[in-house]
Amino acid sequence: MKPAPFEFVRPASLAEALEVLAANPDAKVLAGGQSLIPLLSMRLAAPGMLVDINGIGELSYVRSDREGVRVGALARHAEVEGDARAREVQPLLGLALRQVAHPTIRNRGTTVGSVVHADGSAEIPVVLALLNGRVAVASSSGRRDIAAADLFLGPMESSLKHDEIAVEAFFPAIEHDAGVAFDEVARRNGDYALCGVAAHVRVSGGRIVSVRTGYLSVCDVPTVVDLTAAFPDGVVTPAALDDAGDLAVAALDPVSDIHASAVYRCRLVRTLTRRVVVAAHEHAMSRVGAEVS
Amino acid sequence: MTEPLHDVRLSVNGVVHQVAVPARRLLSDALRHDLRLTGTHVGCEHGVCGSCTVLVDGRPMRSCLMLAVSASDYEITTVEGLADEDGSLGPVQQAFKECHGLQCGFCTPGFLTTITAGLEENPSPTAEEAREMIAGNLCRCTGYQNIVASVLRAAELKAPQP
Repeated sequence: MKPAPFEFVRPASLAEALEVLAANPDAKVLAGGQSLIPLLSMRLAAPGMLVDINGIGELSYVRSDREGVRVGALARHAEVEGDARAREVQPLLGLALRQVAHPTIRNRGTTVGSVVHADGSAEIPVVLALLNGRVAVASSSGRRDIAAADLFLGPMESSLKHDEIAVEAFFPAIEHDAGVAFDEVARRNGDYALCGVAAHVRVSGGRIVSVRTGYLSVCDVPTVVDLTAAFPDGVVTPAALDDAGDLAVAALDPVSDIHASAVYRCRLVRTLTRRVVVAAHEHAMSRVGAEVS
Repeated sequence: MTEPLHDVRLSVNGVVHQVAVPARRLLSDALRHDLRLTGTHVGCEHGVCGSCTVLVDGRPMRSCLMLAVSASDYEITTVEGLADEDGSLGPVQQAFKECHGLQCGFCTPGFLTTITAGLEENPSPTAEEAREMIAGNLCRCTGYQNIVASVLRAAELKAPQP
């Protein structure tokens, strides 16, 4: 349970880190390490070199404005979770962060690291996908943005190239007519969820105009489903919620593992979809109501 | 082949140490093997059990999920640093003693550090909040009842006397 030997560099600037990364195809970036170090210790990963970016202070920030929340690569989950402005600009981020492992892990783990680790059972990739967010990545040849829809290729596989570092994640602000909610079921507090669902609902004139949900721990990759068709009358009824569950299950391909069968996951999908759609709808109505009065 | 060593400054419980360690040395192993501070225990070594929890700039973190070479910028507090200056038990330690918050004691260092930081953040937790505070630490002996009682007792001991 000890990592295999590796070379270690701790650059003081992003430019230096990118140079080292470009010159060493077998290098891996270390930020919070709360996923990477267990992988090294269990020898599921054995990179030849680690590039520790913890010394690059310029990457440690959480900035919020009317457009959304920008999270730098070194911002710890706990910092983002504790940022009052970020919670206001996009409440879904804080709701989901509370469910990421334990507070002790959130003190070290980074939000951007969680995005690019691309674990299908992690909360933050689902939030980024549901909100149509993006990551900014840098390499020695420049910068580019990757939309969430183009980011998650497979289990723990992102579309970043080996010489790229994700320097920032962007979570768009909640729209004035939208509500959000998050819920998950895990065997123990802080464990990986057996199923987790995030919801985003928009209303207009008191009626639902859009319902989208994102799922973690159900498929290999974070998966977003549009459930608007289940609400043709624009209202939440028991029948519409049943239809939403049917639509969700039809769009997903739940996996069986030692923690839960696919059949059980389907039940969780239905139950949690119902809960978060109801909660996000209430949230949207309360926000629109507050706006009117 | 011998592995290259890195010179690392580790500031632990107010004392600065200079160690030479391979890059792959986990902070937990550096504390135990290089500094001989064996109060920090290593259970699962992949972040699940919480036994190795230390305070990094006052915040609880898993020492098995940090490399020693990444730890030089921080002030680290281990269980050895939780006693009062005169060597008597700190409030959380005292509470564990009074409430029988431990049996075999293996998990105890991680609980003590986690609760020390937890009470800084929330000085008067409810029983439910106490449970939440320790949810990231595993104990196989006590069934947690006495550890929850210890959290509440430690909060009493730490509270300013009227």
